[in-house]
Amino acid sequence: MTATQPLLQVKNLKQYFPIKGGFFGATVNHVKAVDDISFDVHEGETVSIVGESGCGKSTTGRSILRLEHPTAGEVRFQDRDMVSLTRSELRRTRKDLQIIFQDPYASINPRQTVADVLMEALDIQNIVPRAQRRERALSLLETVGLGTYQIDRYPHEFSGGQRQRIGIARALAVNPKLIICDEAVSALDVSIQAQILNLLKQLQRDFKLTYIFISHDLGVVRHISDRIIVMYLGKIVEIADKKSLFEQPQHPYTQALLSSIPTYDPKTKTERIPLRGEIPSPIDPPQGCRFHTRCPYAQELCREEEPQLLPMENLQAGHETACHFAGELPERN
Amino acid sequence: MEQPKPFLEIRNLTTVFDTDAGQVKAVNDLSLVVPEGKALGVVGESGSGKSVMSMSILRLVREPGRIAAGEILMGGEDILKLSEKALRRIRGNRISMIFQEPMTSLNPVFTVGEQIAEAYQVHQGMRKSKALERSVDMLRQVGIPSPEKRARQYPFELSGGMRQRVMIAMALACNPSLLIADEPTTALDVTIQAQILDLIKSLQTELNMSVIMITHNLGVVAETCDYVAVMYCGKVVEYADVETLFREPKHPYTLGLFNSLPRHDEDRDELIAIQGAVPNPTNLPTGCTFAPRCPDARPLCEQEAPALLDQDDNTQVRCWKFTEKWQETVENT
Repeated sequence: MTATQPLLQVKNLKQYFPIKGGFFGATVNHVKAVDDISFDVHEGETVSIVGESGCGKSTTGRSILRLEHPTAGEVRFQDRDMVSLTRSELRRTRKDLQIIFQDPYASINPRQTVADVLMEALDIQNIVPRAQRRERALSLLETVGLGTYQIDRYPHEFSGGQRQRIGIARALAVNPKLIICDEAVSALDVSIQAQILNLLKQLQRDFKLTYIFISHDLGVVRHISDRIIVMYLGKIVEIADKKSLFEQPQHPYTQALLSSIPTYDPKTKTERIPLRGEIPSPIDPPQGCRFHTRCPYAQELCREEEPQLLPMENLQAGHETACHFAGELPERN
Repeated sequence: MEQPKPFLEIRNLTTVFDTDAGQVKAVNDLSLVVPEGKALGVVGESGSGKSVMSMSILRLVREPGRIAAGEILMGGEDILKLSEKALRRIRGNRISMIFQEPMTSLNPVFTVGEQIAEAYQVHQGMRKSKALERSVDMLRQVGIPSPEKRARQYPFELSGGMRQRVMIAMALACNPSLLIADEPTTALDVTIQAQILDLIKSLQTELNMSVIMITHNLGVVAETCDYVAVMYCGKVVEYADVETLFREPKHPYTLGLFNSLPRHDEDRDELIAIQGAVPNPTNLPTGCTFAPRCPDARPLCEQEAPALLDQDDNTQVRCWKFTEKWQETVENT
């Protein structure tokens, strides 16, 4: 890890959503979507956040961009706290932080042509003189592998993969430093997905981009990431360098997750770590370690005390896990 | 590979959709053997016709789609020639089907017990009370905890994984000889997917059922299937036993799928994407439909469509590369 200041620092971030009910719509409870997580992202790296539905990975992305206002904690981008910015300061900062969504058809206005979509971003940020904006839009199309003759077309005239290229072009329009990719390739067929993944990697090299890659697909994550964050029920259970995570997963949840992926070898049957039951509700998460209700190794201690995210001895620097018995469990990979 | 013993044989099936833009042959002169007591994987990307093919087997294709030609033979009988009444005795009884999104295929206003019981009432003329008892047994068999309680619940009270188990229970209620599973785990998290795949696999061997597993995920195929058919543009382009296909994929499209796959179990520097996109279905190329994207294509491929031909190892491939004519074109050029 480098000694330089991280590009993004997330400190003790909490994102709760109120559940209304009772008399006069009083708040009766909270969904603790993200519950006290901290991590850093350095310039030029790709950090992935993985986990199953409801683990808080997408909410984390949205909170960083302040598409949700965090309940507590800090999000420092280039050492400025995003949470305390005013609206106009926030708009200026968002030039550096962009997001690409899963379904570009839902996130691009169907009544706008590609030119409108790309130039709107330029209008808002006002970084390119008005007269040069169309030219800039044309060169963006070439950058993402679309033809310049397609600039006056509408979103429905494109295939899914091409629409995702438009989504990428829009994110690139304002020269961002950090792009959050929220399941950006999940809806695409593998042959198209490979094209988009290659494009994202190339753009990262060309423009020195930093990515936060949110995905449930561990194959994609292994391909694109430098470091990986594993989340479960609003908490980080493990952070590690890609190689270290896939080869020496420490947390029982990470181990179970990796063992659940179907392998591509029909002859070997993977030995799965069966997980009992299902993910508990984030409204009332289990006491102690949140994973103890499904963990095959759970002990009394796990039910009582919440484990902290701690560095692992004997492993690569930066490999951290939140498990009372990390390092004492049987080896798995 | 061992020649499969057929349970169901699809011969020259063509299913078309009449659209404003012209006629789309979603399934185009397709022939396929579904082996007895084995699991057949059907893989292909969006628009390859894999779902329409499976809907055609049960004659569930709706307007503007229709089956234009072909035979679907089961025990010497052509399903496509049966009367509606005779067809009802097959649907949900000898052949049943499960879909990707269980919430849309379950009826929200009946308890899950009642919905499973319906199969016994309709096909076996069972009294309702007896049928409800049997549905509890069925829920137990698919691994649902406290089945008596669950049988009295409505679909919205169950999680996604539970609902898919209910669908499987319903599909298996009448001991079908063939189960068609159309992307049964695509909407599920990976740990739940593992549970459902294990369940389908163990029930398949236990009940000696034939299974058609329709999926876009090659890992799912490797884990659960004995044979594989790869589809592209409404046709089978390769048919093989699962070990041969994964060891030695022959068709350039199959090879392309493997090369574009980001793997969780190995590091890949660059994915080799398949160039371009699936051709417009109203205007398919005259020769091989994959030729415009194929790295090996020669003039012959664009002029004439290849046939699905038997290979020495009993697999079948639809590609000029595996014919004598290919050698001649080398010598001529």
